[in-house]
Amino acid sequence: MPAPLVSIRDLAVSFTDLPALCGVNLDVYPGEAVGLVGESGCGKSVTWLAALGLLPGTAQIAGSVRLDGQELLGAAPATLDRVRGGRIAMIFQDPASALNPVHRIGRQVEEALRLHRGMTGAASRAQARRLFDLVGIPDAARRLDAWPHEMSGGQNQRVMIAMALAGQPELLVADEPTTALDATIQAQILDLLRHLQAETGMALVLISHDLGVVADLCSRVGVMYAGRIVEQAPTASLFARPAHPYTRGLLAALPNMTGPRRRLEAIPGQPPEPWNLPSGCAFAPRCAQAGPDCAAGPPGFRGAGDYHIAACLRVSAREVLPA
Amino acid sequence: MTALLTLDGVSRVYASPRGLFGRRLAVRAVDEVTLSVAAGRTLGIVGESGCGKSTTGRLALGLERPDTGTVRFEGQPLPPANTEPWRRLRARMQLVYQDPLGAMDRRLTIAAQIEEPLRIHAIGTAADRRDRVAALLADVGLRPDHAARHPHELSGGQRQRAVLARALATDPALLVCDEPLSALDVSIQAQVVNMLTDLQEARGIAMLFISHDLKVVRQVSHEVAVMYLGRVVEQGDPEAIFADPAHPYSRALVSAIPVPGPRRVERIVLTGDPPNPADRPPGCAFHPRCPVAVAACRSENPALHRLADGRAVACHLAASRRSAA
Repeated sequence: MPAPLVSIRDLAVSFTDLPALCGVNLDVYPGEAVGLVGESGCGKSVTWLAALGLLPGTAQIAGSVRLDGQELLGAAPATLDRVRGGRIAMIFQDPASALNPVHRIGRQVEEALRLHRGMTGAASRAQARRLFDLVGIPDAARRLDAWPHEMSGGQNQRVMIAMALAGQPELLVADEPTTALDATIQAQILDLLRHLQAETGMALVLISHDLGVVADLCSRVGVMYAGRIVEQAPTASLFARPAHPYTRGLLAALPNMTGPRRRLEAIPGQPPEPWNLPSGCAFAPRCAQAGPDCAAGPPGFRGAGDYHIAACLRVSAREVLPA
Repeated sequence: MTALLTLDGVSRVYASPRGLFGRRLAVRAVDEVTLSVAAGRTLGIVGESGCGKSTTGRLALGLERPDTGTVRFEGQPLPPANTEPWRRLRARMQLVYQDPLGAMDRRLTIAAQIEEPLRIHAIGTAADRRDRVAALLADVGLRPDHAARHPHELSGGQRQRAVLARALATDPALLVCDEPLSALDVSIQAQVVNMLTDLQEARGIAMLFISHDLKVVRQVSHEVAVMYLGRVVEQGDPEAIFADPAHPYSRALVSAIPVPGPRRVERIVLTGDPPNPADRPPGCAFHPRCPVAVAACRSENPALHRLADGRAVACHLAASRRSAA
């Protein structure tokens, strides 16, 4: 395997001494699509906000985030400015609030081109047009002069993606990019991300609460719970043989679209509050398989298949390829 | 089965100002919708934003007055809103919507909020009401100590349970649920879905379940209506519609659902933006995005027709299925 593009080690974040992230390890390899799934507050967004230095100053951050071997945590602002939007770009859930409402959308994309590629004038205008074509905005030449409020939510998300592509990033981090969109528009944007990834060869990190969205786009998935990754596996392996009780619970809680209707198997209880984290496995209080041994400390990873690991004592460790 | 609630050719038109000095445009939010909900059954309404599903729910409760058509509850036309008979009727039909925090008064305890409809409708003595609140809390799976808390002290799932307890306080015959699960996480969603189906079974409540989430709608509904730009385009048994949608829009909607695990059907990616209710295309409203539209679709708005399996579809091309059947 090639060297990872981004390597996150023991990343921990707390806000006013309340833990939000308790030691995350994750590698992203060039050109791959990794999904991060989990419910609200599990730390899937905080992981990447912390990695890119986008958290407020009150956040206490520890660990290491390396991009091609270069440490990003605590890096100089000038270094981060070159990385953010240049080598790693990020898009968010609500494109309407991420765009500046008083600037034409073409100008906002051109600004990104000027900052990251040094383009100005006719060159940046032409490149902005090419980017609009690339992300499937119809009538691109005229649309450059449109305002954000004149565009639909799906079109604004395309503008955000065009802006993210302006710096020719090696990694695009998409944080719930389709959550605010209608189902048929979500399908369009997922399709677009798939095509762009194939075309540009960039890596993609897709953060989502929707297991289906992640299954659709990613070759590898990390499942997060209460500030930790609890399972990591190739997508097919994760959905065919989920190993962690939380992952299994999430899948059983989803209604099916086909087959007989069955009563949903809900996970009892609710995720722990950050000020009330159990000392051992954070999922133990909701887990049907939990025993006294689960309270001893956060469980380490065990192999559950090829490149498939789960942080659970009930997973019988096997001789497998490391994740 | 007698219908508890019927909407008969109901339309709602809003006037929308266009531009600074523009003429006022008529926006048909709901257009000639005919639906009925039987006692103890659930009718699911699915569709994307702007399709008129929420307005349909408000029309059903009498919160909006239809411009044409009639809404009937237990066979009687709904009395005008804010009149005494309407208020009395509202005890029997309740609304639950997406944002439980917005639906609650942040300064009142959970118990006070659940008791409020009982006080408004002057049901029982103070002692009766206290017992009833305790019973309702238990019914929705909240602990007795939750009664004294304020909304911000509960989790999202617990708040939605409290809102449900309040809606159930007056023992309604009909519950209109408008995206009741959208703000909840997957693991909590399943808890609330199970609770809703249990409550329906125990109390025989009818539900109008409005949602964009087809998976959840399939789980709770006995019948389902797919809406597009104010109209019902397909209606019938959820198993039939979700397994083999007849309308091209339902087909795209079903295929657009991302499912964990290997994909079984090829996804249909629709071109174009979601439609604008203020700028309704002529003919079939779906034709500009429809992959199979023919000439007739551009000029003629298809009416709902019944297929052999009992479902109704508004599509010129589904007509061939009708004759073939």
